Amino acid sequence: MSIIQINNLHKTYTDTKVPVKAVNGISLSIEEGEFTAIVGPSGSGKTTFLNLMGGLDTPTEGDILIGGKNIKDLNSRQLIDFRLHHIGFVFQSYNLIPVLTAIENVAFIMELQGIPKKERHQIAMELLKKTGLEGKENYRPGELSGGQQQRVSVARALASKPKFILADEPTANLDSASTEDLLNMMAELNKSENMTFIFSTHDKRVMDKARRIVTIDDGKVVSDV
Amino acid sequence: MIASIAWRNLWRNKLRSLIIIAAVVVGILGGVGSDGFMEGMVDQRVNTAIANELSNIQLHQPDFLLNNEINYTIPNPDQYIEVANQMPEVKGASKRIICGAMASTATAATSVLICGVIPEQEKKVTGIYKKVISGNYLNDEQRIPVVVGKKLADKLELNLNSKLIVTLADSSGTITYGAFIVVGMYQTSNNLYDESHIFVRINDLGKLAGITGQVHEIAISLFDNKQTSLVFNKLSSSFKQQIDNKSIDMRTWEQLEPLLKSMIEMTAFFSYLFLIIILIALAFAIINTMTMAILERKREIGMLMAIGMTRGKIFTMIMLETLFLAIVGGLVGLLMSYGLVEYYAHYGLDFGSMGSGMSYIGYDSIVYFKVTDGFYLASFILVAITAVLSSISPSIKALKLNPVDAIRELN
Repeated sequence: MSIIQINNLHKTYTDTKVPVKAVNGISLSIEEGEFTAIVGPSGSGKTTFLNLMGGLDTPTEGDILIGGKNIKDLNSRQLIDFRLHHIGFVFQSYNLIPVLTAIENVAFIMELQGIPKKERHQIAMELLKKTGLEGKENYRPGELSGGQQQRVSVARALASKPKFILADEPTANLDSASTEDLLNMMAELNKSENMTFIFSTHDKRVMDKARRIVTIDDGKVVSDV
Repeated sequence: MIASIAWRNLWRNKLRSLIIIAAVVVGILGGVGSDGFMEGMVDQRVNTAIANELSNIQLHQPDFLLNNEINYTIPNPDQYIEVANQMPEVKGASKRIICGAMASTATAATSVLICGVIPEQEKKVTGIYKKVISGNYLNDEQRIPVVVGKKLADKLELNLNSKLIVTLADSSGTITYGAFIVVGMYQTSNNLYDESHIFVRINDLGKLAGITGQVHEIAISLFDNKQTSLVFNKLSSSFKQQIDNKSIDMRTWEQLEPLLKSMIEMTAFFSYLFLIIILIALAFAIINTMTMAILERKREIGMLMAIGMTRGKIFTMIMLETLFLAIVGGLVGLLMSYGLVEYYAHYGLDFGSMGSGMSYIGYDSIVYFKVTDGFYLASFILVAITAVLSSISPSIKALKLNPVDAIRELN
């Protein structure tokens, strides 16, 4: 079943001297449970494409249907709510809230969703266990390694029970061992939870794990295997 | 959890937060301290005026206050004393004859206001007898006694047992004079008062002025100044007939000396004005600090927006951070201000050599601080309001952040 349907997507930045076509007519369909890597050279438009899919940026033209809903029709408030309930984000620099512990970081997104305290604590504990962070619940991000922080980040993305997780260069700041661990963990979650992962990456190791690789160049899909 | 994040965010840069807290503390100390000083000074002036000069309520013949004519006396004064003394709020009531006169000695002369009083009655109304610094207050045993202010004594070169000649126009308009013996000298904190008021027995002055048995003024003193309006209203209804037929005119100390009332209002106004000026300066410091904090956390705020935190919640988080800063600073500031005010309320702030200058305008040289509970509360509320208002600009800056730009910065 297709959870993301992208039709003739365009994004042109006009705030520069010369208009820049970052995304130039991408059409793509992503099925539930996919483990997809969006690859391409720097400046190819993959991050812009990911931002558009995540509802962080608005397309100049084209449609993005997530679960059948065209997010182009949502106003900014509705978009925030949509992101909160339907999309999980994993960032390159982890981006955890530094003053919160691991469990609080994971539970925070559920608080935004209005889930009761007891329930969100229980879910956060389970997610930290699943991501291999049992015993690290009360550590603050500064007390965790890069790999562990990214695992918390994945647990946080999962906590909102999203339709899919967008991960922008999730392994860029990790060493080989941590990258391997993280990829294995995400592959496992993909399998066990049927969670859809979409990565943007340069990393060969991520590409090797991906079951589908979409290559973008000059804002266009040049291959989809 | 938003409140918890806001609180923890405060301590990410401890030094910066502590500087702002210290600024709030100093601001409140300055505002409350200056109010304590000004209010204490004015309060002392008002209390001194009531205790030594005015009393709480005075009765006169209606024309007397416009023109201190010697024949404007109160008919049947004892009836008013009797009614006033029956009220539980009343400490005492005293009859007085008040005449403008020329006081002279062999070396100098000056105009004075001569007050004829019944010593035992007057002691219940004013505290001049407590201010006698040499000799004695008036009593029935002395021969034509007069109590003068120390300042007047210096001016007229009077000593105890010196003779003071008082010249005045009597009830028939004839210039008459009498000799009084200085039995005591008093000193209040008001040099001008001391220099212009002398006290004699009512019968001695009555005989000299040709108005024996008559009085110009009835002064009523209360146990608690706050009950002035209540007692005034009670007396007004008791003496309604006499007031209506213009036999008497009754006034509170505020009506007799509107300047004192204005001083109280002005002090309150300036205290708040001073506090508001301090808080405005503080607001700029808070805005600057919070803007810095927001700019440093641009990425984090962008991420919060990306994952689904609404602008309202981000605004609340930043406002709470500012509010917590102000509340911590406000509470510490109030606590320290309370200590400062209590210290000076107990020991007083001594102006030493400047004190003599202050007594020329009726103020004590030692100021005992006073701050009302209302001012403490108002200071705290104003600090909180300042914090909320100061958080608006940094919050708007945060809300203008585009999550895409923030994420781009991140990656």
